[in-house]
Amino acid sequence: MVEGSSGGRAWVFGDDIDTDALAPGLYMKGSVDELAKHCLESVDPAFAPGVVDGDVVVGGRNFGLGSSREQAAQALKMLGVAAVVAKSFGGIFYRNALNLGLVAVVCPAIGGVKAGDILSVDARAGCIENHTQNDRYDCEPLPDHLMSMIENGGLIAHLELRLAAKRKTEGAI
Amino acid sequence: MAATLAQKIIARAAGRDHVTPGEIVTCAVDLAMMHDLSGPRRVGPVLKHLGVGVWDSDKVVLITDHLVPATDLVSAGVLDMTRKWAAEQDIGNFYDMQGICHVVLPERGHLKPGLFVVGGDSHSTTGGAFGCFMFGIGATEMVGVLATGETWIKVPETILINCSGTLAAGVSAKDMMLSLCSQLGMDGGEYQAVQFAGEAIVAMPMSERMTLSNMAAEIGAQAGLIAADNTTAKYIREAGTDPGDIDRWQGDEDAEYRIVHDFDVSGLEPQVALPHSPATAKPISVAQGTPIQQAYIGACTGAKLVDLRMAAQVLKGRRVAVGTRLLVAPASTRTTAAAAADGTLQVLTEAGAILMPSGCGACAGLGAGILAEGETCISSTARNFKGRMGAASSTVYLGSPYTVAAAAVTGTICDPRELLVEGDGEHG
Repeated sequence: MVEGSSGGRAWVFGDDIDTDALAPGLYMKGSVDELAKHCLESVDPAFAPGVVDGDVVVGGRNFGLGSSREQAAQALKMLGVAAVVAKSFGGIFYRNALNLGLVAVVCPAIGGVKAGDILSVDARAGCIENHTQNDRYDCEPLPDHLMSMIENGGLIAHLELRLAAKRKTEGAI
Repeated sequence: MAATLAQKIIARAAGRDHVTPGEIVTCAVDLAMMHDLSGPRRVGPVLKHLGVGVWDSDKVVLITDHLVPATDLVSAGVLDMTRKWAAEQDIGNFYDMQGICHVVLPERGHLKPGLFVVGGDSHSTTGGAFGCFMFGIGATEMVGVLATGETWIKVPETILINCSGTLAAGVSAKDMMLSLCSQLGMDGGEYQAVQFAGEAIVAMPMSERMTLSNMAAEIGAQAGLIAADNTTAKYIREAGTDPGDIDRWQGDEDAEYRIVHDFDVSGLEPQVALPHSPATAKPISVAQGTPIQQAYIGACTGAKLVDLRMAAQVLKGRRVAVGTRLLVAPASTRTTAAAAADGTLQVLTEAGAILMPSGCGACAGLGAGILAEGETCISSTARNFKGRMGAASSTVYLGSPYTVAAAAVTGTICDPRELLVEGDGEHG
């Protein structure tokens, strides 16, 4: 694994993976722990039981379309997914993933990845290494303000730092 | 410098004279709307952890709609904590069980042209029908908004959908959107702003415009705008709010658009989306004869007063077919009251419709009316993703309220125009 990047085994999905597949409505009332066990089960029942820390989800076009329910991104994070790479994303899912500290990278060239390939994802540099196929894909680098939010652990941790800094300033006056 | 309506609203919210598509700006939020499912239950504990309250309780609107009325202890608990949070945070704009957020928000006069609004739900695009820039966000982002009153946005380009012609009898805004889902795809909006314009839009009541903006979410747009006109101003005044300066919130004539789609709605036939995506929409004849067990008229998309009137036109003097159930969940309590007052409700119930509480209900697989394994439903809602309305093997077709009502009468998917008498298809 390259320093500063995240990655592992690829789980490959097609186009238009929706939020009802990622976070099924039937389990939305309960806890995210429970919901995560059903993440993507309508598309690949082996995913939730089989995914391990550091794995990478690879999607096609419009990954995460549909609802604003952020459990769609949260379930992936809870299952240990290190990054989601897709040709394009549903806009709300993309914002949710970054806000939750889950790396989401737009990569139009990701189509050649096969299930089980070992990937490393460097979102800041905007590149993905496929160690299995000895290939490399360029992607859109994430802007600095979003990268620093992800590195802080997401929007909440980022807000904590911001509020603490504000309180310190106010305390000084 | 020429600007689109979206650019003008974002520039104002960002405190700038002009913004350029692609740049990232921080905007002051004019209004934040939340519901029970993604609202206090998720943002409350985090705000507590951060040690902050809401930045401005007058700018927050809270509406219970997803889990109402409670059907189990988990829902009851979420609603209870929602009510307590509203009291604790002094949220005056709290509408408990008054209907679906996207319909209640304008009904109660919270929207007017030029506002920059966020909503904790993907169909928040509906607010665009009132000339607002309104978009959906997740619960964590909502925490950020509630704590700071701000959020960031990458200034979108605008995709203009220029709608000419006149809709035929028995054809509605829902059919237009299903057709657009099929023409443009579920990512045709490219998370940019979509704006609907043209003579077909000018002719529409607010309810139909709301259906267009609502389903802008289905083509992957961040927002679904319609510039305000006299129809908008009249609606807002009747909701008890001053619409403000409508002329200010128009795109410039020479504004640049990412793309302009011309859509002549004159020849449009009733559309039906096949399982499991709105983008599969086709003319109704493709699904003609498909047996259904459930017909559902509900949701922010398809159960407003005008929608119920469309269904009533088909159902008047007819009965729901044996072996078929028609569930009707009016979009809000005011919708129910108006439909009771004008006789619409009576037509529906006399035809055998089962009246359901106002709320998101079966649309999101949460409330009463979910589907068993292998069942087929036709629905006036916006989405038919696999398993959304119940069992994974259930199938959902999408259509207009006319089409759903017609299927309820015959027990199979059919062309609603065959059940509408000549000249009976107006829906003002």
